[in-house]
Amino acid sequence: MTAPARATGPLTREQIAARVAADIPAGAYVNLGIGLPTLVGDHLPPGSGVTLHTENGMLGMGPAPAPGDVDPELVNAGKVPVTELPGASYFHQADSFAMMRGGHIDVCVLGAFQVSTAGDLANWSTGAPDAIPAVGGAMDLAVGARRTVVMMTLLTKDGAPKLVTECTLPLTGVGCVSRVYSDRAVLDVGTGGRGGAAVVERFGVSHAELEDLLGLSLEGD
Amino acid sequence: MTRVAETAREALGDVPDGATVMIGGFGPAGQPVELIEALLASGAGDLVVVSNNAGNGDDALARLVRDGRVRRIVCSFPRQVDSWHFDAAYRAGRIELELVPQGNLAERIRAAGAGIGAFFTPTGYGTPLAEGKETRVLDGVPMVLETPIRADVALVKAHRADTAGNLVYRRTARNFGPVMATASSRTVAQVRDVVPAGALDPEAVVTPGIYVEAVVALDSVTAVAGVSA
Repeated sequence: MTAPARATGPLTREQIAARVAADIPAGAYVNLGIGLPTLVGDHLPPGSGVTLHTENGMLGMGPAPAPGDVDPELVNAGKVPVTELPGASYFHQADSFAMMRGGHIDVCVLGAFQVSTAGDLANWSTGAPDAIPAVGGAMDLAVGARRTVVMMTLLTKDGAPKLVTECTLPLTGVGCVSRVYSDRAVLDVGTGGRGGAAVVERFGVSHAELEDLLGLSLEGD
Repeated sequence: MTRVAETAREALGDVPDGATVMIGGFGPAGQPVELIEALLASGAGDLVVVSNNAGNGDDALARLVRDGRVRRIVCSFPRQVDSWHFDAAYRAGRIELELVPQGNLAERIRAAGAGIGAFFTPTGYGTPLAEGKETRVLDGVPMVLETPIRADVALVKAHRADTAGNLVYRRTARNFGPVMATASSRTVAQVRDVVPAGALDPEAVVTPGIYVEAVVALDSVTAVAGVSA
């Protein structure tokens, strides 16, 4: 049994975004975290019927406005101006997070500093002693959606694995991530990977090379 | 009964030193700028501020922090690219921070307004922000006990009020306004305009007037947003 592999890799950010988008079911309600995951919105096919949720209080979020149409009272979770699509709705913060925590959002795509093979997520603090902490909605999003997936590069800029046996950075959530989309591979983790990490798809690396990069034994092919 | 005030200062009323003040807004969207400026002008200090952010650039909330009026801030996302006044105060040990996940912040405020004593939530379980808090496994899910957050005064920005104090909001500027309005001894709302009772569709009211102590119409509010009537 061999996971599908693309001959070339690693994927660009846009290619990872397209790969994430390809797995989002038609008609799903989706929250895209700030940073890298916002790119996913550009790769949802027309007519997918996907509705985007932004945790600052809106469903039916549309793309960035034309330069003359910016409304400071219409922003996304990154405080970036957006637009409203037909069928959009607004609600207050408690309702927005109840919607998330209550399991009404189908998919949440988050960025990460580290993900563990058990599906633990670390994405809000670098743990630096002089860092000023800020968490926003990350912890609520991580545990609230029916399915939480991560989009990230597989390695840090220094080449250290971001998929690890145990997160060393402060946690955002425990066992909440089910799949990781990265530039080198798509991997199931946590309950998705039956407690370990399982390769779903590889991009320009062999299974053995992937295990070597991560220093992990991987299931899946 | 709701007061219709003529100025932000009059709407604000007396805010004593040491008061807990909720301030609506998600960054600049929904920030009640003129009411915060009135709070600055009032001279009140030693405040506890509850707000999602800790100020952007030199905006009114940032100036409240800069001027040393805030002893302690309860928020989810203080650090931003332009939060230099908060950053400086925090690094110098001039302000206490209670960092709360955004959904917990909203729900703890909602709980205060709804008379809920405490609640269990999965958010934050197993993370540094739940350290020292009571936990329980409910229906197989580990949960953290969270307590309500209430305030002496809430400052919110809405789009329009009627003379009965009913409020409607505009787009994502709604954010924390409706829950903060319920969780404070006094709620003061700045709006673009105040219309006669009966002129707002009762079906469209988001914050009923029972929660609102004073409203003030400020033309500049949505001039900023480039909104026409």
